[in-house]
Amino acid sequence: MHMADALISPLVGGVMWAATAGITVYSARKLKADGDDRIVPLMGVLGAFVFAAQMINFSIPGTGSSGHLGGGMLLSILLGPYAAFLTLASVLTVQALFFADGGLLALGCNIFNLAFFPCFIAYPLIYRPIAGTQAAGKRVVAASLVAAIVGLQLGAASVVLQTWFSGISDLPFATFLLLMLPIHLAIGIVEGLLTAAVVSFVGRARPEVLAVAASGRQRPPHGGGRLLAGLLLLTALTGGLLSWFASPQHDGLEWAIFHSTGKEALPTPVSEAHSLAAALQERTALLPDYGFRQAAESGDATAAGEVAGTVGEIEKAWPDVNAGTSFSGLIGATISLLLAGLLGFVLLRLRQRP
Amino acid sequence: MTRIDASSSHLSYLDSLAYRDSPIHRLDPRVKLITTLLFIVCVVSFAKYEVSALLPFAIYPLILLALARLPPGYILRHLLLAVPFALCIGLFNPLFDRATLLHVGSIGISGGWISFASIMLRFALTVSAALILVASTGFDSLCLALARLGVPRPFVVQLLLLYRYLFVLVDEAMRLSRARAQRSFGRRGMELSVVASLLAQLLLRTLDRAQRIYLAMQCRGFDGEVRLLRPLRIGGRDVAFLTGWTAVLLGLRFLDPAPALGHAFGELLPW
Repeated sequence: MHMADALISPLVGGVMWAATAGITVYSARKLKADGDDRIVPLMGVLGAFVFAAQMINFSIPGTGSSGHLGGGMLLSILLGPYAAFLTLASVLTVQALFFADGGLLALGCNIFNLAFFPCFIAYPLIYRPIAGTQAAGKRVVAASLVAAIVGLQLGAASVVLQTWFSGISDLPFATFLLLMLPIHLAIGIVEGLLTAAVVSFVGRARPEVLAVAASGRQRPPHGGGRLLAGLLLLTALTGGLLSWFASPQHDGLEWAIFHSTGKEALPTPVSEAHSLAAALQERTALLPDYGFRQAAESGDATAAGEVAGTVGEIEKAWPDVNAGTSFSGLIGATISLLLAGLLGFVLLRLRQRP
Repeated sequence: MTRIDASSSHLSYLDSLAYRDSPIHRLDPRVKLITTLLFIVCVVSFAKYEVSALLPFAIYPLILLALARLPPGYILRHLLLAVPFALCIGLFNPLFDRATLLHVGSIGISGGWISFASIMLRFALTVSAALILVASTGFDSLCLALARLGVPRPFVVQLLLLYRYLFVLVDEAMRLSRARAQRSFGRRGMELSVVASLLAQLLLRTLDRAQRIYLAMQCRGFDGEVRLLRPLRIGGRDVAFLTGWTAVLLGLRFLDPAPALGHAFGELLPW
């Protein structure tokens, strides 16, 4: 369920980073305004608890596989949305850094998918209304189950959207959605049952713990609308700002045509500006059309003249990777890889000698 | 059970790597963090079918690995452990994208396989860069860098406290898990109800621990603010590292030297 760096585009990663940074600042401010410093060690230890809990796995009834607690819903119930968001964000950061679950660029996506939805959607809008102020009982079980399922479904749908917007994976949108949602329905049910069981146990054994969380100290976000509006604005701003860089530049299609007509791509200043522009656009395109882009890239390589010769062989509008160009590209890449490896090896040897 | 022990020992081993000493370890954590992020953005920003332009980027992790004297085998093993998600999603590319893009001799390679190779390459590069960052910097220094770069203080404090108690609670969970394994032969004791009460017990202990920690912090004058006192200084080495790598990475990103290199190599050969 963790997004990986390898599957997202810089734009999607950047926008999600901006969004989660906004929510983090907002949550931190809310927490400070609350003024209860007892929560500081509590958050730290509960974050560690999530890791520890994930090491105790159980068998999923009916199947041969085993699962473990995700913890998003449980933390929201115990800590309230703001503290739970920061705690989950810290858990995901440590997972990204130490376990390579997801990546640094995908961290924004992961925090959004796995922390924002349970804390700011599922907890205040589903868990609280159903559970009321009860600490244990049927209502708590129902509330945990529904909230965990909805939170995970939203997260899964968000993974699909982010993957689709990034355009690195070829999975069709609908197929991926149909793949992800049922899997996460099953995960959500298990997660919900486990959350309900733990919350009920704690509610019976130590009702004051949950009573504190349910009562005034950590209110559900009443400024939810404002948060959402701010988030949308931030997202639009980042997206707009990034794509603004691309807009005055050459259109990818024009660029491809310019090159596939067989013009020499000599390393003149004009050509360099063009390739820079194309590269910039590549970096910022929201739904990039890879076919044209690839043509542009193979075009500005050294053997651009050959493109015209082979361009007729390509049946469709698929990326016309010129065999000659990409072959020399591949050889060059391999050589540079070998050089890098050799350099690393030599450095390693030099360091070990003294 | 072995999985638990493995991931726990992995955590403490990765932590111990940060205490070694090397030119890379001595660099300012902010500089390393920014360079790593730049590297990842550069790698990820390539088009879907790009393979050849990505390969030269391996120079960054390879050189850092060597300079920081980190065990390459360990990083590689870790890379393999983290691979499943990218692999699962990436494997769909050859299924859905069957148009032939490249001919090597008479064998046609479909676009899906090329983009799959690209995904795996991206994965290896980004993950190894992040791992090297952690292994050569250490978590405390990284948190300090985050605080200096303007990340909200409560979040940084949260990261530090989480990391401090991570090892404690993981040990506790391992004891619980081991005790369960010894009392339940095979499948028994793995039911949801048993696990729920185990988790709840762990949770209650954790809450008690939080209370004790809070009292201890109060005794030492905690007022809701954690002060990070270690000084950070950016020196000449740091500036050189940052500017040097920025130049290399941007050069690799925008100039793509691979085809030219391959071409030059081709000219040298008799054919």
